[in-house]
Amino acid sequence: MRIPRSRSTLRASTLAAAVLLVGTALAGCGSGGPGGSDDDSLDVWVYQDASTKVQREVVKRFNKTSDIKVKLTQVPGEGYSDKMRTSMGTPNAPDIFFNWGGGSISDFVKKDMLLDLDPAMAKDAELKKAFIPTILDAGAIDGKHYGIPMRGMQPVILFYNKDVFGDAGARPPKSWDDLLKLIDTFKDKGVAPFALAGTDAWTELMWVEYLVDRYGGAGVFQKILSQGMAAWDDPAVLKAAQTVRDLVGRGAFGKNYKSVNYTADGASTLFAKGKAAMHLMGSWEYANQKANQPAFAKSGLGWTTFPAVPGGSGDPKSVVGNPTNYWSVNAKVKGDKQKAAIEFVKFAAEQDYSKDLIANGDVPTTSDATSLLAEHENPDYARFQYDMVKRAPDFTLSWDQALPAKYTPPLHTAVQKLFNGQLSPAGFIDALKGM
Amino acid sequence: MADAATRERRPTRERRPAPERRRSVRGAKVGRAGVGRPGVVWALPGALFFVFFAVAPMVLVGALAFTDWDGIGTPSWTGMSNWSRLWDDPETHQAIWLSLILTVLTWVFQTPLALLLGVWAAGRQRNRAVLSAIFFLPLLGSSVALALVWKSLLDPNFGLIADIGPALGFADGDLLGSSKGAFGAILFVTAWQFIPLHTLIYQGGARAIPRSLYDAAAIDGAGTVRQFFSITLPQLRNTIVTSSVIMVVGALTFFDTVLILTKGGPGTDTTIVPYLMYKNGFQAFDLGYASAVATILVVVATTVSLLLVRLTGFAAMRSTREGM
Repeated sequence: MRIPRSRSTLRASTLAAAVLLVGTALAGCGSGGPGGSDDDSLDVWVYQDASTKVQREVVKRFNKTSDIKVKLTQVPGEGYSDKMRTSMGTPNAPDIFFNWGGGSISDFVKKDMLLDLDPAMAKDAELKKAFIPTILDAGAIDGKHYGIPMRGMQPVILFYNKDVFGDAGARPPKSWDDLLKLIDTFKDKGVAPFALAGTDAWTELMWVEYLVDRYGGAGVFQKILSQGMAAWDDPAVLKAAQTVRDLVGRGAFGKNYKSVNYTADGASTLFAKGKAAMHLMGSWEYANQKANQPAFAKSGLGWTTFPAVPGGSGDPKSVVGNPTNYWSVNAKVKGDKQKAAIEFVKFAAEQDYSKDLIANGDVPTTSDATSLLAEHENPDYARFQYDMVKRAPDFTLSWDQALPAKYTPPLHTAVQKLFNGQLSPAGFIDALKGM
Repeated sequence: MADAATRERRPTRERRPAPERRRSVRGAKVGRAGVGRPGVVWALPGALFFVFFAVAPMVLVGALAFTDWDGIGTPSWTGMSNWSRLWDDPETHQAIWLSLILTVLTWVFQTPLALLLGVWAAGRQRNRAVLSAIFFLPLLGSSVALALVWKSLLDPNFGLIADIGPALGFADGDLLGSSKGAFGAILFVTAWQFIPLHTLIYQGGARAIPRSLYDAAAIDGAGTVRQFFSITLPQLRNTIVTSSVIMVVGALTFFDTVLILTKGGPGTDTTIVPYLMYKNGFQAFDLGYASAVATILVVVATTVSLLLVRLTGFAAMRSTREGM
């Protein structure tokens, strides 16, 4: 399952509700008080979806071992980030909560609202070694760890339709040249080379992320994160933007990508039905296809890595996407409760937890999961994903999740305008620098 | 009307003679005597609800508009900075412009259709009740569900638009991806959804026009068209104002359809003011700036509806039946 943060789509909130929320949030702030629940239990919040049962299981296991019990609150997905955000700093804030790392918690970190987990990791060397390092680090802020990985990995993968490739006698692209040739091959066949959901800007952002990574390496975006918006002025970003225009000009995304959506399954159906040959998408695409086009997911879905680009200095083994989700601990949790909270988040490193994730169709982020992957419903896919991420020198967190929330809307707008031709590559850089 | 009067008169004839009853219909005399008209206390539950859930949040939003607040911690006072940003932000200018166009076009598009449908539905034709019930259906669905249905219909590859798009000038069904197409889609879907409400209002208005006026006109030789322009339209004056105020305020605050259908895109070309407010408030968590946008929206919507009421003479409560 994909777990969107600011991409929430089907929100039913009306204007009145929005105004009310502002009002109640304001009324709630400033009253101070202790964090979390008043009694001797830990209030844990999790984003509610198909994967939540893994967290329900771990809570049961934990409560058997501990005097301080965990109370799990499952927050319906669509409203999760709003609710988390407005409750922090009020007496109703959770003690431990699910988040996306990066920008989803950077404002909390700035206000010293989260517990730095580095001391706990220093004390327990096993804990730090338990996870794939790039994943643990992808959620870090200024080099400090505030989150323990607690869900499956979600790298962005280049999927292809085996049947369409078979009909055209084509092979998945290994180089940029291959990819450009495939565009012409499929265009001649009347098939869109790539499915792209142009009404959902975050799907277009994946292209820009990978291209910037391939042209200039993961350091380009790291510099933007640490030095601010002026750092968008990197030649790799301009090169990536020009490549996007080039791809659009070549007809890589078909004729009506601007109107295609992802959230109502427009792009995925296009891809599964063979009207598009490839689809650059997060690893949740597999689960999505399994739910909607089971036959295609079983036999027609192929996957490969994003190729290198000519003249690019980035390591083609690097990955972008959502490394995973994290547990973070509220800094207001003190004493014995804090000890119990750290014990609880450590449960995510245990084999039982990884097994539950695999049973749920996820690929765990623990470093010793290789032997467990045979139990996955699609071991080939799980191994491909796991190896790709484990070999990757860098795992860049999706930009719209890594940057503080206030940059998400202008970033999405600029990317969409670049793809639509409303912004030139140079104009795109200017828009990003002006955020 | 006549039936009701005879039926009612019988049991009350002894106590209440006819002339007295007529005065009570106007209400003024009875009210002045303090009989039957509820006091302030009766309005209290409604008033309190309004104060807590509308006035208080509005005042808070007004205050937040002068602060910088990211939703956590304490808002910090920044004076006029949100407002100067509002003044300079091209996206805001575009949003205000789009909102105004949308409002005008909504009125121009919906009013004639709703008026004609309403007048038609007020008649006594065959099948009218059945058809009216069908026309009314879109109003019963939730806007979110309806927007999702339309999103599927407007899918360029699998939706209805894939077939009819080329005929409308959108090759390959590329409607939502073009600025005009996406804007038109918002206009159309909201019209489709809200015309039934206004039809209902006009139906009620048209039903209340006394039959005698039409009878008299018919005797004078007026045809259907003449009757419509000389009797129906003038008689519906107050109804038109009511419907227009609802429509204009509704158009200024459209939100769900935009969120689901276009997300303000392509680019920012359907980002109207309410969506801009949501984007700043609940995606960027820049609640101070979002509050400034919200304040503008409240002020503009209130001003426009007050102006409408003033300019049309609706406030004077002048009857359309003077001299009858």
